Amino acid sequence: MTPRLRRALVLALPAAWMLLFFAAPFAIVLSIGFAEPAEGIPPYAPLLRRGEDGALQLQLNMANLQLLLEDPFYAEAALRSLRVAAVSATLCLLVGYPMALAIARAPEGWRNTLLMLVVLPFWTSFLLRVTAWIGLLQDQGWINGALLALGLIEDPLRLLYTDLAMYLGITYCYLPFMVLPLYASLSRLDPALLEAAADLGARPWRGFLAVTLPLSLPGVVAGYLLVFIPAVGEFVIPELLGGPGAQLIGRVLWTEFFQNRDWPLASALAVVLLLLLVLPIALFQSRATRDAER
Amino acid sequence: MRRLFLLGACLAATLLAAPLAAQERVLNVFNWNDYIDPYMVQRFTRETGIRVRYDVFDSLETLEGRLSAGRTGYDIVVPTSEPTFSRLARAGAFRPLDRALLPNLRNLDPALQAQVAASDPENRFGALYLWGTIGLGLNAERIRALAPDAPMDSLALLMDPQHARRIARCGITMMDSAIDVIPTVLHYLGKDPNSTDAGDLREVERALLAIRPFIRNFSTGGAIEALAGGQSCLAFGYSGDMIQAGLRAREANRGVAVQYVAPREGAQLWFDLLAIPADAPNPEAAHAFINFLLQPDVMAAITNHVRYPNGVPASRALVAPEVADDPAVFPPEALRARFFTIGPVPQAAERARSRVWARFKAGR
Repeated sequence: MTPRLRRALVLALPAAWMLLFFAAPFAIVLSIGFAEPAEGIPPYAPLLRRGEDGALQLQLNMANLQLLLEDPFYAEAALRSLRVAAVSATLCLLVGYPMALAIARAPEGWRNTLLMLVVLPFWTSFLLRVTAWIGLLQDQGWINGALLALGLIEDPLRLLYTDLAMYLGITYCYLPFMVLPLYASLSRLDPALLEAAADLGARPWRGFLAVTLPLSLPGVVAGYLLVFIPAVGEFVIPELLGGPGAQLIGRVLWTEFFQNRDWPLASALAVVLLLLLVLPIALFQSRATRDAER
Repeated sequence: MRRLFLLGACLAATLLAAPLAAQERVLNVFNWNDYIDPYMVQRFTRETGIRVRYDVFDSLETLEGRLSAGRTGYDIVVPTSEPTFSRLARAGAFRPLDRALLPNLRNLDPALQAQVAASDPENRFGALYLWGTIGLGLNAERIRALAPDAPMDSLALLMDPQHARRIARCGITMMDSAIDVIPTVLHYLGKDPNSTDAGDLREVERALLAIRPFIRNFSTGGAIEALAGGQSCLAFGYSGDMIQAGLRAREANRGVAVQYVAPREGAQLWFDLLAIPADAPNPEAAHAFINFLLQPDVMAAITNHVRYPNGVPASRALVAPEVADDPAVFPPEALRARFFTIGPVPQAAERARSRVWARFKAGR
């Protein structure tokens, strides 16, 4: 086997994976996005039709894209989702950074145990963990029960079905995705650099700002993106914990697909959302790689 | 090599098992949650030897989404007459019923069948299963304590901000369904429940937004628990769900009493139909199941269990007296005369309605 053939074989697997599980489904969704809704199974008209003269005709329906751009409803929902994702990712960063730093600075023997504890919640079902928050936050839940018993409040606090509950849920569920990449970059940090900073007269706080933080930036970016991207399309947590006012883009997609039965519009929306997320991140990535090579 | 052999054996076993399973005769049912007497499913298997694989949904949206994609693998589905059933029937989603295999169809009430025929011409695709209305589930004692002058049999309890404001203190739950609520509000405002007029819809939105501050949560399936547990004292939802909430509250024995009221302004009437998907893998078993369900004693057991009236008049004598005499389950003729049914609306109107619903939920 020549090295070239071997290389091609190694590359073929991920390429086939991408083709089968990303490119092909994306092409299907894209084609439905240009279809016209119709009564039938499935509920849209095929793109390729035989014309009256028997020739194959391709009809692209641009009305979906047009409606998405003209009706501010969709842009507002998208902006709201981006804001929720940004706030959640920032909260994860604020909670996750001290955790990752503490694990990285912990004695050798402890680190694996602590990392295990971060990943441990993944061993139970995601839905179960979100539902557990309902038990904690509801009017007769544990938190209100404890506060009432202590006499700190007279009426139960409205915790469930609020933005607060939604942010709590998202931050809680996505925290490991922030801690792990942060830990990876923080644990590789050479302690000698901090010692040098201290020898040159930097106080610990200044040492952190001048040495630790800049060197951990790749971990911060990786963790932020790992939380931000799935949080934009998050559907389950806002549905279960958030208030009825939280019309996020995931819910809008559901409504178009199931309630209005407009598969073409839902597909067009999915494609636009994907482009909105992928393009800036791809640009950012290519610039980061260029900078790293320089 | 040994492992490869094992893998091959497994594959061969799966391939062989498929035709065997088909011979064993399996019926795949997709029904609403809490919508049958489980004992009757067992009895069907005992009598026919057909194994039942039973799956549930809790919203018409879920059912329609699956059926619209096709190849669901279900043999029996239970859509509501309007708008889901009629739309799916027009799209060709169902197989026509074979009357020769369904002698028990003659047990169905001809008057109800005639009403169903508005959505299913000549009752071609659907056999009436259960029916009911949409109305108010309420905890009368707590509402009376907060709003003594509020009319307990009227939709004004919910739709009049004067009353809703005071009742809000003990909790109002609204079903989360534009399909079911907007026609009722149109009817309450004196409009055609099928109206697609933009002005009418604006009035609906105004009326809904006026009561929005007083609604604690939106939930269709969760209303039973909210009422029975005492988190809410007023809910808008399906009649049988509200009655089940009352039963559950009585069982829990914590001093909560819940009753169902079909509003005096007229309640929206719906029919749930047994239908067979066009691509059902086992239509013969599906016919056997429908014919089994349409027996008076089976229907009586189901009505006893789920507290929804059925379409088989001969079952009435076999229903437990406390159920048969409950006007909430079997509404009296005078009230039934004011029930109304809805029809399908075009897709553009549906989007306008779901927009109203989204703004209502958001309170903006």
